[in-house]
Amino acid sequence: MKVSIIDYGAGNLPSVERALRCLGAETECVTKPEQVATARALILPGVGHFSAFVTGLRERNLTAVLRQALAGGIPLLGICLGLQAMFSSSAEAPGEAGLDLIHDNVQALPTNVKSPHIGWNQLRRLRKGILLREIPDDAYFYFAHSYAAAVSELHTAAACDHGFPFTAVLEQENLMAVQFHPEKSGEAGSRVLRNFLEWVR
Amino acid sequence: MTLARRIIPCLDVDAGRVVKGVEFAGLRDMGDPEQLAARYNREGADELILLDIAASRAGRATFLETVRRVAQQLNIPFTAGGGIRRLEDGNAVLRAGADKVTVNTAAVERPELISELAAQFGSQAVVLSMDVKKTNTGWEVFIRGGAESSGRDAAAWAHEGVARGAGEILLTSIDRDGTCSGFDCGLTAAIAAQVSVPVIASGGAKTFDDFLAVFDEGHADAALAASIFHTAEHSIGALKTFLAGRGVPVRLSR
Repeated sequence: MKVSIIDYGAGNLPSVERALRCLGAETECVTKPEQVATARALILPGVGHFSAFVTGLRERNLTAVLRQALAGGIPLLGICLGLQAMFSSSAEAPGEAGLDLIHDNVQALPTNVKSPHIGWNQLRRLRKGILLREIPDDAYFYFAHSYAAAVSELHTAAACDHGFPFTAVLEQENLMAVQFHPEKSGEAGSRVLRNFLEWVR
Repeated sequence: MTLARRIIPCLDVDAGRVVKGVEFAGLRDMGDPEQLAARYNREGADELILLDIAASRAGRATFLETVRRVAQQLNIPFTAGGGIRRLEDGNAVLRAGADKVTVNTAAVERPELISELAAQFGSQAVVLSMDVKKTNTGWEVFIRGGAESSGRDAAAWAHEGVARGAGEILLTSIDRDGTCSGFDCGLTAAIAAQVSVPVIASGGAKTFDDFLAVFDEGHADAALAASIFHTAEHSIGALKTFLAGRGVPVRLSR
């Protein structure tokens, strides 16, 4: 099965690509609206600044087509900034609109903890989801971020704590996203990607 | 649920080979970077750091090729640096497959480099590497591989680097580096107290107790070592099991 990785001009695409290929998936990096519209499954990776991300999508005319594809039910896995981009806006770039698929705002981590939140952390499961299937409860995942989305009953499948409880795994119908980097999280991370691929199949 | 303390093996490379020196001098061949990277990835390293110690313009292409080859071996975070002078140098290293880039001498000479890299790639991708030595005036930052004093106070420089956008500090004690006399816990604690970002302690690791001390007394978020892992004197797995037994939160791989 082919998964389409959205290339908006930043972000660490090669490592995501390599991780997916190791699991037997066929991958392509997409930059054009028609490629997004016809994709079977999408990956939205993300490293960098919220505004660079939003601008990158806009300059490639990908914002509207992406929103449409997701409203039409195409499965999506967002990674790190790719999770945050699904929200209405972020404190990292006030005034810039996100994809607005999740009607909430991304916040800065509180100042009483080290920021960026960099390193391996554990999760607290809030419900039985798809991405964490068959992964031990005490598994660690690699995080590297300064902003995060609050926990919500509507979409949070697992939370992590760093200054405040935030959404580490988001699952809402066809929208899936993780705040950590599965492609950098060893065996546990690889299992997350495999769970996504199996769910899409 | 706890943020784990990280164990980070470091590969100092020169002309495509891993080398190790004592107190920044006297290099010795320690093996192939790809093979060592694959081994550390397997043994449960939490991250890998690759440093171009010669950092010469002429050796740039070779170093980037090493970055590319090492990146293929890893499914853990990967930091690379050495000789990063401009935004384009950082970009090249990240494009070759690193997740983060370290800056050292060039950032001391032109601190805007930190801001430029952070603006382009995000703070999480920028590691400020500082080589520090105790002098009459206190802890001082040295540049050019520890050869030259910068005249900057370590705590003040760490503070400025973070204000400019560095997301982590890689703190190397020149006095301890390669001496196997333990991490400089006093230095590490002093810098950790000064900044709001994670501090990676480096220089002097020999025994398991050294690691325990740098986490407990030095308040390090991560500890880096090279030779003791390269020579297989200690396995990363055994070190982490030891630390877990002493109450340090670490990621144990199964």
